[in-house]
Amino acid sequence: MRRVAITGAGTINALGHDVATTLTAMREGRCGIGPLEFRDVDRLQIRIGGQVRGWEAEAHFNRQDLALFDRFTQFTMIAARQAVAQSGLDFSGRLGLECGVVLGTAGGGVNTWDENYRTVYEDGKNRVHPFVVPKLMNNAAASHVSMEWNLRGPSFTVATACASSNHAMGLAFQMVRSGAARAMITGGSEAMLCFGGIKAWEGLRVMSKDACRPFSANRNGMVQGEGAGVFVFEDWDHAAARGADILAEVAGFAMSSDAADIVMPSQAGAERAISGALRDAGLNPADVGYVNAHGTGTAANDKTECAAVAHAFGADADRLMISSTKAMHGHLIGGTGAVELLACIMALRNGVIAPTIGYEEPDPECALDVVPNVAREAKVGAALSNAFAFGGLNAVIALKRA
Amino acid sequence: MSVKDRVIAIIAEQAVLDVDQVSPEMRLDELGIDSLGLVEAIFAIEETFDITVPFNANAPEKSSFDMSSVASVIAAVEDLVAQSA
Repeated sequence: MRRVAITGAGTINALGHDVATTLTAMREGRCGIGPLEFRDVDRLQIRIGGQVRGWEAEAHFNRQDLALFDRFTQFTMIAARQAVAQSGLDFSGRLGLECGVVLGTAGGGVNTWDENYRTVYEDGKNRVHPFVVPKLMNNAAASHVSMEWNLRGPSFTVATACASSNHAMGLAFQMVRSGAARAMITGGSEAMLCFGGIKAWEGLRVMSKDACRPFSANRNGMVQGEGAGVFVFEDWDHAAARGADILAEVAGFAMSSDAADIVMPSQAGAERAISGALRDAGLNPADVGYVNAHGTGTAANDKTECAAVAHAFGADADRLMISSTKAMHGHLIGGTGAVELLACIMALRNGVIAPTIGYEEPDPECALDVVPNVAREAKVGAALSNAFAFGGLNAVIALKRA
Repeated sequence: MSVKDRVIAIIAEQAVLDVDQVSPEMRLDELGIDSLGLVEAIFAIEETFDITVPFNANAPEKSSFDMSSVASVIAAVEDLVAQSA
């Protein structure tokens, strides 16, 4: 079994258009959630979200690209450019044959669906742009990444709702660890902040109208975000041999299924994924200093997750730091685990624990150290990132300091 | 059909019961309506009466719309219908 290094990272999300800006915002506990701006927002009851601001796609892509890139693909390409550039890898030769792309998204080209349904249903037109299908398909982003960097190995897209990018990164990790690939571009992306996207979510009655307050007793729901996080996972020896800067080690991964309910989370299922990731990484609970929580800010998730973490860590739960960065960047659904992995890398590499902002009232059912409101300095040797999806699909990644 | 009869019909459908098996004093949880069933019932109520029901699944107890019993739902719907008239 090979060791797996992270040698590149990229992102765009409500906190910033790159990793440095995002980590600075996380360190400062800045909130990227604000009033949503898009057509027909006045017909929504939920009008806040972690929207990417100041995004000018035309500044980054040419006309031909834009005809094919939905917003979720645009975000992916920007994040991938940053990650690949940081890694310093060149895939144009033989290396590209041994490398691929695994990305997560829940909805794929939601804006493309929305705009074109509007065209035919609301505007009554009988014709849509010829590229609607290749633009909206869930694998569009992964395919464009493969084409841009000549990655000719295994590439595909994973859709497991809110766990999509953790499942994607877990699979990428397994492929590099097993030797099936030398390096993988992995992470995830989501862009469903549009009228149809939010209208669909509204119906479930789990969204907050004012703020995302994970673990706080007065929390009243989740707030959506958008964006992408993309990483280069590389064979450790390959990275070390070329003198690459290793951001962190991907040490373990586990997934589990609740097999219980299509929306309600299960403590047992979450706990099995957490314990499984520790086991897979060869870590003891005492080795882990930080957990980036799924922490959606819903009543159900946060108390279930805290119970699962408390049980999986036993006595070590008392000194564990666990925070949800969703209060800052919103819930990126299929892309969320990828952006949240950045908080784990920051904890390991920079010794800074991102806070859970918006925290107002302790909840006895969430009685862990949730790093309320203010970032903290701490030396951390290992970190976990949790993701628990609708449908009861759980995916937990374990990282170690490089 | 009265508001009462229409609300009972909606709740009965969610509970997979006949309307005559649902009476006002019954609680929604004892009718076997879970969180998803509740959200679906609210949707049906909103569509039937063209009203907006203030309900957040994260804090059902804080909602001004009392979903505990069939009678409380009927009363709350009658209120909202009256307000929208």
